[in-house]
Amino acid sequence: MSAETILEVRDLRVRIASRRGLVRAVDGVSFDVPRGGALGLVGESGSGKTMTLRAILGVLPPEAQITSGEIRLDGVDLVQLRGSDVNRLRGPKMAMIFQEPMGALNPVMRVGWQIAEGPQVHLGLSRGRAAERALELMRRVGIPDPERRFRAYPHEFSGGMRQRVMIAIALSCDPEIILCDEPTTALDVTIQDQILRLLTRLCRESGVSLVFVTHDLPVVAQVCRDVAVMYGGQLVERGEVREVLLDPRHPYTLGLVRSAPDFEYVRESLVPIPGSPPSLVSPPSGCRFHPRCAFAEDDCRTSETPLRPLPGVPGGRSTACLHYERTLEAVEADRARP
Amino acid sequence: MNRDEAAGPLLSARDVAVSFPVGSRVAARIRGEEHRLRAVDGVDMEMRRGEALALVGESGSGKSTLAQALAGLQRPDRGEIRFDGRVLPASRSRADRRRIQMVFQDPYSSLNPRLTVGGMLRELLRVHHVVPANRVATFSAELLALVGLAETDLAAYPRQFSGGQRQRVAIARALALRPDVLVADEPVSALDVSVQATILNLLRNLRDDLGLTLLLISHNLAVVRHLCDRVAVMYLGRIVEVAPTEQIFSAPRHPYTRALLAAIPRMTEGAADGSVPAIAGDPPSPLRIPAGCRFRTRCPMAQPRCAAEDPALAEAPGDAGHLAACHFAFVPAVDGETGT
Repeated sequence: MSAETILEVRDLRVRIASRRGLVRAVDGVSFDVPRGGALGLVGESGSGKTMTLRAILGVLPPEAQITSGEIRLDGVDLVQLRGSDVNRLRGPKMAMIFQEPMGALNPVMRVGWQIAEGPQVHLGLSRGRAAERALELMRRVGIPDPERRFRAYPHEFSGGMRQRVMIAIALSCDPEIILCDEPTTALDVTIQDQILRLLTRLCRESGVSLVFVTHDLPVVAQVCRDVAVMYGGQLVERGEVREVLLDPRHPYTLGLVRSAPDFEYVRESLVPIPGSPPSLVSPPSGCRFHPRCAFAEDDCRTSETPLRPLPGVPGGRSTACLHYERTLEAVEADRARP
Repeated sequence: MNRDEAAGPLLSARDVAVSFPVGSRVAARIRGEEHRLRAVDGVDMEMRRGEALALVGESGSGKSTLAQALAGLQRPDRGEIRFDGRVLPASRSRADRRRIQMVFQDPYSSLNPRLTVGGMLRELLRVHHVVPANRVATFSAELLALVGLAETDLAAYPRQFSGGQRQRVAIARALALRPDVLVADEPVSALDVSVQATILNLLRNLRDDLGLTLLLISHNLAVVRHLCDRVAVMYLGRIVEVAPTEQIFSAPRHPYTRALLAAIPRMTEGAADGSVPAIAGDPPSPLRIPAGCRFRTRCPMAQPRCAAEDPALAEAPGDAGHLAACHFAFVPAVDGETGT
């Protein structure tokens, strides 16, 4: 692993025990995040994007388990570490921002002290120094009147302000990487705009890397350079955001783009993806997308479809589709239409 | 109904206001806040038969409350709601309620979990005498076919459906009463992208096939652009701008509409470069609505006049279809005066 890579996930598999059997929530996912880079992980509900994130953080629900794979953070394999050792990394090495800040903040603790807690515990700062640091962070994330707001409780904050508090907490111990799970989904579009801009600016200033999980394609395009598309617990396409979204090479990505109403490009009618997402207890053989795919052929039902680099395309562009030329043709046909 | 009535607006509101009591009177006086939360604060609007109007705005702008008032689910404090030229009384008759039906955001909590789809429809059709008793079964099956479900689904419970299918059931339930107006409050926000498309296409087809008048509440402007003819933008309980969809998106006149449009993440644009956000700050609490223009506290071009005078929703010169509530909306070149 090169010094340029902060996070390296190799063949990660997560199983969840359920009444209907073992759910293969994450099934052989591999990706790298470069130091200072931002990777978007997109997919619909049940695609395994949140489970991937929670596996990296070491906060899987009790019925879920990592069955194989490696998660190397700055060279250290988190899968092999004991829980208490992972706890020590959460804060100074990696931090997280969740969708619903109200559920992630302590409702009976003053906001300032929640921000100061990390520096006290992980960086060994005194109470006074940690409070100073919290105030400075509150200023950096744009919380107005930080001296007064320091003593407020989370319920006194608006949704956008709470998410700013979450960002301040995430930054409080100077982490190498921040993992975000739909951080702006619960916010209004104007507040989302503020938070996305703040997040990208702070990450660029401090060189923090990002993994950004969302279902919203335009949001990914705002924040990330690279995107990986997840379907049925696996990655199906990866590359630079705009290339993947505007020029997809996997029929599922094409389906996502065609079914989402785009603000700038109004289509006569939207094209939904037929069928429904696969069962992850007994997923379809071969390519998991083949039962819903218009381009599926016999080999799609039988061959395994790992992510493969696209021949002749630089920049780590890869697809899991065996017949990606068909998607290319469809994209070109779409474009030829007025 | 005679011809003359059909030519006027199908549904209109004049100076409609809805407020909710909050907290105690004493606490409100001590804090200098209002005792009532003015969710909708004097709204005028009109819908023509067969059109699709979108109501957009941030959370807390009062769009859902306004929709509920129009549908008769919320009693207005004042103002008047007319349907087909007739003023609707505060407590509506069953026949009046039938005319305007609603579809809600969350298809998981808006369906009765103890009733099958067939049972749900049977009850509705019986109570409202929509069709004779011997036609109930066939009419129910027709309704499901209309929203793309199978006749066999009549025997199923809501829990047996996916989110998208539940939303279809909710739409079938609303259509069962053969309404003139369908009010859809964020009908696709709880659904995955690929499922959203099926529901949006369904709403579009229903409009074309049944001639439904549609009031769509959405925070997603891409959805609005896809589905609606006209857009009304709400801010803190008021409509601040109304115009045909393409016009409002290409030439917005109210500074709030402009900010709202600028905040939309775009697929084709460069990554957010850390530059200034489209609009700063949170919307003020509806308990403390600023005097004068209610947007002035976040407005980049606010003037002393904005604090003193509350701008009315006014027509653009020479264009009765475009209205905005801003002192400077239709003033050409105000740049010289707006230096901050």
